[in-house]
Amino acid sequence: MKVAIGVNGRQVEAEVEDRLLLVHFVREVAGLTATNIGCDTTSCGACTVLLDGESVKSCTVLAAQADGCEVTTCEGLTGSDGRWHAVQRGFHAEHGVQCGFCTPGMIMAAVSLLAENPDPTVAQVRAGLEGNICRCTGYHNIVRAVLAAARDGRLPGGGSPAGAADPAEEPA
Amino acid sequence: MIPAPFTYRRARTVEEAVDLAAEAGDEGKFLAGGHSLLPLMKLRFAVPEVLIDIGRLAELSRHHDLEHSALLAAELPLLARAAGAVGDPQVRHRGTIGGSLVHADAASDLPAVGLALDATLVARGPSGSREIAMTDFFRGLFETALEPGELLTEIRIRRPAERGWSFQKFTKRAIDWAIVGVAVQGGRVALVNMDSVPARAGGVERALAAGDGPAAAAAHAAEGTSPVSDINASAAYREHLARVLTARALAEAASRN
Repeated sequence: MKVAIGVNGRQVEAEVEDRLLLVHFVREVAGLTATNIGCDTTSCGACTVLLDGESVKSCTVLAAQADGCEVTTCEGLTGSDGRWHAVQRGFHAEHGVQCGFCTPGMIMAAVSLLAENPDPTVAQVRAGLEGNICRCTGYHNIVRAVLAAARDGRLPGGGSPAGAADPAEEPA
Repeated sequence: MIPAPFTYRRARTVEEAVDLAAEAGDEGKFLAGGHSLLPLMKLRFAVPEVLIDIGRLAELSRHHDLEHSALLAAELPLLARAAGAVGDPQVRHRGTIGGSLVHADAASDLPAVGLALDATLVARGPSGSREIAMTDFFRGLFETALEPGELLTEIRIRRPAERGWSFQKFTKRAIDWAIVGVAVQGGRVALVNMDSVPARAGGVERALAAGDGPAAAAAHAAEGTSPVSDINASAAYREHLARVLTARALAEAASRN
């Protein structure tokens, strides 16, 4: 079938198999490979993208279901001026990365989480990322990164998160 | 993993969905959020030839909608709470309550919640609509009372007369299916993953009706069940969990009355 999907603001039209999964559309048709295929079973969250602004696991959505919708991948977060998104800055500042495979999915899940709840508690960050697995188990820095992004987003013009107290160990 | 080939059709209205299903016959399958069906199709456990996408119908309620509904929080907190415990945020952005009920997985949370709330379902088929009591809906492993081509269109739930409620779920990781779960609304108690179908805990309900307290009533939780033994738990452990979780749930429900 013919689908037209907005990917990071660019309209991508293609004739695809009805059974094509959104993650394959993003990687192979749109040519954007930040979105990783991890478990391929809706468990790990590595393939998380935003579909009309909400996080979804793109291994469990058909491209046909996204026809006419807007998809945002990690590549789409950086502004046209090259400035990183607050969540990208948070992951950089707090080193929310080990091997990096889960990172694009973690970042997209965090963007969706902060869109719904701009000022989450530690427990809410941990619950909000429960659909994403870091097999390096680097969760503490990931939680710090999301909290830093939340602080960053609240500061006028997006200030530096450095120097703030580390709240990642706050009891749930 | 890639599903076997199929033809994708998109329905814009309930009527169109029912028509497309009639046209597809036995080879058709409705697709709502797709978070039960698509994984089965990727594993080739399900190989429908025609997928009828009802995902854009305004009538659908996603888990995320239920979780954040102020109306449900006030009137049916059991449903709001249980919907917020399904899967993870990404799953809740796609999965729907109707899809979960129709999928009829005994390990899913919302079928037990529907039983505890004594819901009535409305199904639409080529020859019109009919009501199905929740207690008549689950027929066997992944099998419901829906006829081929019938679409679940409404889930009717009365405001509960007895307000006490609880939802308890035991998992190894947050996103896993319940090893065992229990939903309580007033004197109605339903179990997750204790049989091949979602089921009410009749022994517990009878004990409550006879005046037993939470602990005494919960001792009956595993009666009449036949849980599986699998990689997560033995049947005996599931029976133990059913009693423990039911005791906690009844105590919590009593505290909310």
